[in-house]
Amino acid sequence: MKKDIAIRHDLSKAPKTGTWRYMHPDVDKKKCIGCETCVPFCPDAAISMVKYKDESKKKADVDYEYCKGCGVCAEICPVKAITMKKN
Amino acid sequence: MNEKLAKNFAPGHSACAGCGFPAIIRAVLGEATDPVVVVNATGCMEVTSTLYPYTAWKVPYLHNAFENAAATVSGVERAYKALAKKGKIQKKIKFVAFGGDGGTYDIGLQALSGALERGHDFLYVCYDNGGYMNTGNQKSSATPYGAATETTPAGKDSFGKMTKRKNLMEIVNAHGIKYLAQANVAFLADLKQKAKKALETDGPSFLLVFQPCTNNWKFPTSDYVRLGKLATETNMWPLYEIENGNYVINYVPKEQRPIEEFLKGQGRFKHLAAPENKHVIAEMQQILNDDLARLMAKAKCE
Repeated sequence: MKKDIAIRHDLSKAPKTGTWRYMHPDVDKKKCIGCETCVPFCPDAAISMVKYKDESKKKADVDYEYCKGCGVCAEICPVKAITMKKN
Repeated sequence: MNEKLAKNFAPGHSACAGCGFPAIIRAVLGEATDPVVVVNATGCMEVTSTLYPYTAWKVPYLHNAFENAAATVSGVERAYKALAKKGKIQKKIKFVAFGGDGGTYDIGLQALSGALERGHDFLYVCYDNGGYMNTGNQKSSATPYGAATETTPAGKDSFGKMTKRKNLMEIVNAHGIKYLAQANVAFLADLKQKAKKALETDGPSFLLVFQPCTNNWKFPTSDYVRLGKLATETNMWPLYEIENGNYVINYVPKEQRPIEEFLKGQGRFKHLAAPENKHVIAEMQQILNDDLARLMAKAKCE
């Protein structure tokens, strides 16, 4: 088969879709209960659960490199710990 | 980036902000325990995930023309079986085809029917956003009654699409396949369960997944989950599965909400608020009730 006929996944070539954003989700780590509701719905897999200070539960954390600022996470957060703010 | 979630499908794709299909891909492929090969019909999913020189897919992925995702996956699966028979491949591989409603209900129906009849071992996932959204909202046979689209515009002489949607589940079920299900991106646990069952099925299986389109249904980018939930709560999109011909309804809303709640906030239905179009909403509710009654009768529940 001809070499390079297939494209391999290479994240370094990915467009940084975070530049589309005009609003950004802001997670209030104190309010976040670590339920992970927002995580699978994020179209850009931009939300990870990370340890916050010495709290036992991990909290939602947004990767702004890829977050397009759609606001789905803020809409579905059951405790409204995520708010959309202007960039 | 959430590495675990991006295991099969990475960010960096150019789907609209607030699009629903990445969650569908991740939920379905996340349930596969064996390596997966993906075949994808032309559509939003294909054009946004494979922008040269980047691809968001981390699994082997094959793009084909609009109409032949099912035919392509048939060929790939048959080639795998031949190689396995000769002992050239030892590992088990699963085959998944993704297509939009345009590539499944309309253009790819013939290829899908053929592949289902031949009994290839694959899963076909149709993400249904009710139109040709990639090219700017032309109507497909999945577009609901009353929706305004580019090709069925609402105006003085028209209230939008004048025919009801095609019942694809029944068409697929007529092939007598072992497992098919209707799911919704807003109900991910249910979707995952169905994907798992479908992937475990020996032979063809089919998933029809509801996916609200922020751009052409004209609602805020933050609302795809809310609208998806409403579609099921109003029984516009009931969740059910058909296993060996037996219908099971997976989710029964506590109380059925009127269809208006789903229509509200969507630009493609905003013309229905006009007094002369009031009858369309009543007709939509009637269509929905009839479809639901038919489904309930098949599932043998009250």
